[in-house]
Amino acid sequence: MSTLAASNLPVRRRRYRMRRALGEAAAAMLGLVLLIWSLLPVYNMLLIALDPEEGETEFAGLIWPPEPSLESFRVVLVGGYWFIEQFWHKFGNSLYIGLLTMLLTMAIGSLASFALGRTRLSKVRFLASAPLLTYVIPASFLVIPFYRVMHVYGLTDSPWAVVAADVTFATPYAILILLQYAKLVPLELDEAARVDGASPAQVYLRIYLPLMMPALAAVGTFALLLAWSEYLYQYLLLSSERNMTVAVAIAQFFDADEAPWNYMMATAIVYSLPPIAIFFALRRYMTAGLTLGGVER
Amino acid sequence: MSTPQALAAGSISVSRPGPPPWRFRPSSSELVWAIAFVAPYAAVFLAFVVYPVAYGLALASDPSLYADLISDPLYVRTVINTVLFVGLSVNLKMFLALLVSGFFMRRRWWVRALLVVYILPWALPSVPAFVSFHWMLIGEYGFLDSLLSALFGIDGPIWFNDRWLALGSNVVAYVWKWMPFWTIVFLAGRMAIPREIYEAAEIDGASGPRRFLHVVYPLLANMYLVCTLLATLWTIGEFTTVFLVSGGGPALSTEVLATLGIHYAFDTARPSLGVAAMLSALPVLIPITIMLMRRLETRGVQL
Repeated sequence: MSTLAASNLPVRRRRYRMRRALGEAAAAMLGLVLLIWSLLPVYNMLLIALDPEEGETEFAGLIWPPEPSLESFRVVLVGGYWFIEQFWHKFGNSLYIGLLTMLLTMAIGSLASFALGRTRLSKVRFLASAPLLTYVIPASFLVIPFYRVMHVYGLTDSPWAVVAADVTFATPYAILILLQYAKLVPLELDEAARVDGASPAQVYLRIYLPLMMPALAAVGTFALLLAWSEYLYQYLLLSSERNMTVAVAIAQFFDADEAPWNYMMATAIVYSLPPIAIFFALRRYMTAGLTLGGVER
Repeated sequence: MSTPQALAAGSISVSRPGPPPWRFRPSSSELVWAIAFVAPYAAVFLAFVVYPVAYGLALASDPSLYADLISDPLYVRTVINTVLFVGLSVNLKMFLALLVSGFFMRRRWWVRALLVVYILPWALPSVPAFVSFHWMLIGEYGFLDSLLSALFGIDGPIWFNDRWLALGSNVVAYVWKWMPFWTIVFLAGRMAIPREIYEAAEIDGASGPRRFLHVVYPLLANMYLVCTLLATLWTIGEFTTVFLVSGGGPALSTEVLATLGIHYAFDTARPSLGVAAMLSALPVLIPITIMLMRRLETRGVQL
């Protein structure tokens, strides 16, 4: 019996090693596919943006830039072409909308999640998921009535109208995530503070907010990316040149027949940098903040 | 404490029947506090959801609008496109994200490095991303066709000249943009599964596909359903992808409800018809939302 087992062992081990090596090879292949998949459109942006003169790379069948140059980036940054005149002003508008959306979503979302998850209101059935009713009508479906309603509010051509729309559609998801994450913060902490005479506002400020930081960072980034990615509301609600954002300016290139695509791509790349930077700075918190429901037991 | 561990710890802790209210001063003042805390959100909800929705319903209340819609072949084709776009892109991105999240559980330095690159599409704003897709696929010598001819000597198709290729391009671009987001969500879900369960499965000889089928999938099934419902709601209203990648072309044959509504409202100057086209999705949207809310109410609370 024992001799049989001993003679089988090297064969088994070899088989195990081979399976392992095959698994590694498959993983490496999958990794390569994912790498190409993720980077191809990004490479395409660089390819067109690095072309010094319009029309050399695109439509010429080339897959690398023949004479890479940063000329189009220079033109964009000094606002040297009429579509992207006052690039920094438009960039400032985008930043204003993005940061306001982020801050308001974090503030309104955390206040609401505190009330819905940790006070007596948490006993009211369905109240916690009521914000999700917002998603019955997707953002783009609401844009026409929203446009009219903004006239009623006197927010025609105002960045605040766009902020209102972005906050409206970012907050329900924020509340959902914050409520899920808040289950990790023991209620005993709140109770102890209450015994010591803290008011609900103090519990919110001193206990809830600090412990919720990872989820708040995730939710804030989500809101910022939403505002930065949003196009339809910015396009319809902001009519004047003064309030125009970079996203609208990029799409405007499509209106012209002979637009310089290298400038458009350079604008697109510069526009993409801030959210990427913020995103990767806060990446640690992403995984933590985004769990929905976790594991069923 | 790093947060995935915190999450795992949280998932082990015993769940309580329901959070107790403030026990110590059962006065009405805490209720006032609670209401004050919800007030900002309630104000946002009333001013920017309830009022516009009521306005929209009033705009689109005329039944003749719906008769116009049904008799318009463009609308019927758009409904088919929307069903295909939503069905394909939601299922593809969710299922692939679930699989790929398993790949990213590997503890190798290069897998971690790859995750940073893989997340890039999510961090990239929509307008630049979809403009790039449009440019990759346009004409005879878009980047993708150039690549095909340089590497394999194949003459690629003119993607936006064919309805199905254009629709497929929209789906691929949308999946590309949103798969990383859901991968991260599922990755967090997988990390919350205690290691002992994996180890027990390993000892019982379940590895690879069997571990996925019998361990990971049953544990994540509820989360997968909740995420799919939410993703469906978001995808039904998708505008930017179709508007920028195929532009609804060729000849308005790949429009979805969101872009068609805008087309009616601004190109043909019939805003009520546009709102009606968009609101015609309500019979689908309402049941999905109710299912989502009930799921979260009854199951999602169990950590």
